[in-house]
Amino acid sequence: MEKQIAGKTISVNEEGFMTDFSQWDKAVGEALAAENNLQLTPRHWEVIEYIQKEYKNDVPLSIRKIGKSGVVDIKEFYELFPVAPLKTATKIAGIPKPVSCI
Amino acid sequence: MQEDNGAIRKMMIILSKATLENVYAGFVLANGARMEGIEAEIFFTFFGLEAIHKKKLNDLHIATVGNPAMHMPTLLGGLPGVEALATSMMKKEMEKLDIPDVREFLDILSASGVKLWACKLAMDMFHYNREDMIDELDGILTVGDFYRQGAGVGTHMLFI
Repeated sequence: MEKQIAGKTISVNEEGFMTDFSQWDKAVGEALAAENNLQLTPRHWEVIEYIQKEYKNDVPLSIRKIGKSGVVDIKEFYELFPVAPLKTATKIAGIPKPVSCI
Repeated sequence: MQEDNGAIRKMMIILSKATLENVYAGFVLANGARMEGIEAEIFFTFFGLEAIHKKKLNDLHIATVGNPAMHMPTLLGGLPGVEALATSMMKKEMEKLDIPDVREFLDILSASGVKLWACKLAMDMFHYNREDMIDELDGILTVGDFYRQGAGVGTHMLFI
C-alpha cells in the first residue's frame, strides 16, 4: 500500500515497513520515527546507519548481532528505541522487519 | 475481549527445570517478548535455579532419558557420555543459528530489561545464597511477591 510522509509517497506493507528502500531518505526516517514517538539524536542515526549497512551486506539482523556490533550495546539499544527496538529501528531505517527470534 | 483486545503486555515466566531445552524455551520466550515491546520477567524455581547459579549455569545438559523426541532408546540415553554428546551436538547447532550460550543469553536478557527473580523457598531448600547466583539477579522473591510483580492488564503467566 502507499503512504504519504514527509512530502513523499512511499510503499509500505501492512505493518508499516517500507518495501522500496530507494524511496527512503533522512526526512522519511525522521517522520517514521515521529510516528513511533521518537526524536532522533546523533546516536540514533549511528545505529540506523549501521543497520542499513548490514542490510545492504545481506547480514541477518538480531539483537545479539546488534550487541556485538561495537556501535551500540543491547542496553543502550533498548534505551534509544524503548519499544520493540529491532522492529522500530528497522522500520525507521526503511528496511524489512528482521525475522530473527533472538 | 477486554481492554486492548486482549493484547499481551507482560509475560511472567516460571522456569522450574534446568535442562537446556527448557532453559532455552524460557529465555527465547522472554527475549522474544522484549523484542516485541512486551515486558518479561522470569522466576527461577527448584531446578530452574541452576540456570542462574554461577557454578552450574555453564554445565546444563539436555535430557536424553525420558525425552521421547530424542528418538533414542531409554537405555541408550542413560549410557555414560550420551547426554554429553547430545548436548555438545545441540550447542553446535545453536551457535550456527546465532543462539547465544546460557551465560551470554542471561547478559542479553538483563540488558534487555527482563527481570530475573530467584524463588526464596527453592533457594532455602538448596541452601543457595545470593552470592552463589549471577550478579544480574534482580532479587529473591516469595510466590506472593512474584504474583504482585505480575499485577496489571495483559499479564500472562507461563510455567516451564
